[in-house]
Amino acid sequence: MSVQTATPGATEQPRTHYLNAGHTIASWLLTTDHKRIAILYMISITIAFFIGGAAAAMIRIELTSPTGVMLEHETYNKMFSMHGIVMIFLFLIPSIPAVLGNFLIPMMIGAKDLAFPRLNLLSWYLYMAGSILAVVAMITGGVDTGWTFYVPYSSVYANSNVVLVICGAFIVGFSSIATGINFIATIHKMRAPGLTWFRLPLFVWAHYATSIIIVLGTPVVAITLALVAVERLFHIGVFDPAQGGDPVLFQHLFWFYSHPAVYIMILPSMGVVSEMITCFSRRKPFGYNFIAFSSLAIAVFGFLVWGHHMFVSGQSVYLGIVFSVLSFVVAVPSAVKTFNWTATMYKGRIWFTAPMLYALGFIGLFTIGGLTGLFLAAMATDVHLHDTYFVIAHFHYIMVGGAIMGYMGGLHFWWPKMTGRMYPESWAKLAAGITFLGYNLTFFPQFIMGLQGMTRRYHYYPEEFQALNVLSSAGASILAVGYIIPLAYFLWSLWYGKKAGPNPWRAAGLEWMTDSPPITYNFEKTPIVTWEAYEYPENEEDDPLPDLDDEDQLLAVGSGEAPKR
Amino acid sequence: MSLEATAHGTHDEHLAHQFEDMPQQNDAYLVGMWAFLVTEIMFFGALFTAYMIYRFTYPHTFLDAHRELDVPLGAINTFVLLTSSLFVALGVRAAQLGNRKGVLLWLSLTLLCAFGFLGIKAVEYSHKFEHNLVPGSNFRYEGKLPTQPDRGLVDTPGVQRGLDAGGPMIGAVRLGSGQMQAQSVQMFFGLYFVMTGLHALHVIVGILVIGFAVLLVARRHKSVQYFMPIELIGLYWHFVDIVWIFLFPLFYLIPQG
Repeated sequence: MSVQTATPGATEQPRTHYLNAGHTIASWLLTTDHKRIAILYMISITIAFFIGGAAAAMIRIELTSPTGVMLEHETYNKMFSMHGIVMIFLFLIPSIPAVLGNFLIPMMIGAKDLAFPRLNLLSWYLYMAGSILAVVAMITGGVDTGWTFYVPYSSVYANSNVVLVICGAFIVGFSSIATGINFIATIHKMRAPGLTWFRLPLFVWAHYATSIIIVLGTPVVAITLALVAVERLFHIGVFDPAQGGDPVLFQHLFWFYSHPAVYIMILPSMGVVSEMITCFSRRKPFGYNFIAFSSLAIAVFGFLVWGHHMFVSGQSVYLGIVFSVLSFVVAVPSAVKTFNWTATMYKGRIWFTAPMLYALGFIGLFTIGGLTGLFLAAMATDVHLHDTYFVIAHFHYIMVGGAIMGYMGGLHFWWPKMTGRMYPESWAKLAAGITFLGYNLTFFPQFIMGLQGMTRRYHYYPEEFQALNVLSSAGASILAVGYIIPLAYFLWSLWYGKKAGPNPWRAAGLEWMTDSPPITYNFEKTPIVTWEAYEYPENEEDDPLPDLDDEDQLLAVGSGEAPKR
Repeated sequence: MSLEATAHGTHDEHLAHQFEDMPQQNDAYLVGMWAFLVTEIMFFGALFTAYMIYRFTYPHTFLDAHRELDVPLGAINTFVLLTSSLFVALGVRAAQLGNRKGVLLWLSLTLLCAFGFLGIKAVEYSHKFEHNLVPGSNFRYEGKLPTQPDRGLVDTPGVQRGLDAGGPMIGAVRLGSGQMQAQSVQMFFGLYFVMTGLHALHVIVGILVIGFAVLLVARRHKSVQYFMPIELIGLYWHFVDIVWIFLFPLFYLIPQG
């Protein structure tokens, strides 16, 4: 962990780190280094994101007119199916765990790598195989079932590539399972000496809870989708009412995973936000234990609420009441987190960097999304709002507003660590602002449309909704700008960005105590942890914040040593 | 774990680069394997849920349909699989003691049992094919149908199950009770094939894994001079065994009533 002070005139020695440890294509495609695998994931997930985004753009363009602009009915159905499948299975579920989790968990716990590096590489290959299969099937023939693959439409009637896309989702599911198992074994057994459970960063706690959901939930949706494929191919009628099966069973099995899957998307994001809020408030998190345990509570309760997707499916009223009450309970740990973040910021020395703006945006959007969730969890209001744009707006606030804000914020926060370069801070702040505005303009009108009764999945709609739809589509184009700007300056920063020192944010946490970019096995010597998590100096004098525009200051701070107590 | 004495920092040739010492590596492997087995349990769990629901929906037809299954063959298979679990346990014990010949012997016997199991399964499956008991357009059931109606989708007056309460429709024809029962017999065999088929797939994977291990042990490959891989294979095989322990009574020995 050498700190190189720049001596004028001296030629800089190129350091060996994970990025320049090998330059051949094979050194990337056969790597077992968790950091390189994270980069592979980042590239493929970004591509998936833009495929799903393109489908979203088509949907929004189409909906600017009550009678459609350019798509056939079937093409429209295929577009929203593609948008949902790509965004959920190929982007939201893997995004933070596979990119940031893969990159950071071993570093945060002081390990050299994940417990099963080859399994980690395999999981990327599974992700690629499944994604390519699904995307090719969707492009060549398309599926019009929606991402939920509801039977009996998907198993009997849909005349499209359902089986291939299901195979793709199934394979991607295994990739997710492999990552979950890897994280659990790593977090249990690979922590550096002295790093007790209650010294773990909250990011790691969030990923631990997420991995539990992945391990318990993903196999269920895998077998459920496999049953749909079997039903289509071999006429085994587990869900087909014409053969004595029960389609409601499909919904139970599907939502048993797919509701917890929402927490697979949001919990890692909460972990990211916990890191950013503490760093940029320069304070210990308020109620560390509460934030840690609320992650586990969300993981547990997440498995008890799936029935709130089925209030109008014909399940019994009493079951509906139980699911309704349990769904309200999930709001408690979510609120605990939100209040704890707010309390952390209170009396903190808040430093408004780009990642912090994303974190604040997350809190805002997640709060709106969470509170509107209560309308849908209450059985009476849900019957009115079911399958309207209110639902669309709600889950986009949670999954897009929450998960993507967290992912983008996390990328900005750890970008200097991953690449050793800073991005232009002012552009990043601008992008965060545009994204936040774009979200609200896109999805807030959809709450109103939903309340007024505009149903989802339909191509045509009554004319009175046109104004709100146009507003929403305009918001979507602003949102697109908010994504393209970061893509541009992130790429720019790889070549022209200012060099970042090991710790440009002066953040606490083991990952900041090694070089940026880190060496292949992360630490030259396994760290021994003798301090609590998030020990930020209390006085401003002890903790001068660097000027992010000044490269010398960036390189000087963060000595690469354990904080002195 | 005799390897615990390995001094910290020295390089055991079986120690992977990411671990500090052997106990950490062994623990991580075990945690990983158990987490994997949990996913497997959830995987089968969804199928057991489906089975449970249809078992309660069509108790009488399931009871009649199960008579088509060959209980003696199933019982023999249970015995074969239990024996194989014993062999694999002995193999793990031999691996822990560093007894290479023992590992070879016991794992080969396990493989033999696994092939025996698949062979018997194949005989059973072929009988079902001969009797047209495979779901699909050729499905024909000539066994007896129960006299009492099942409280299934059709015959539950007043209770809607997400379908038209009058019973499901095929084309314009509403299915009568008798047809529904024939459909639910097909459901029984559908579940039978899916669940035992998935189990058989796990047996095949087990054969590949154990076969590979035997090959490596025979060639004195260094990765299997260390007992952990054999122990993990053993855990997996016990899981395969346990799934069958549930499948056998559920399909073959459905209680009367």
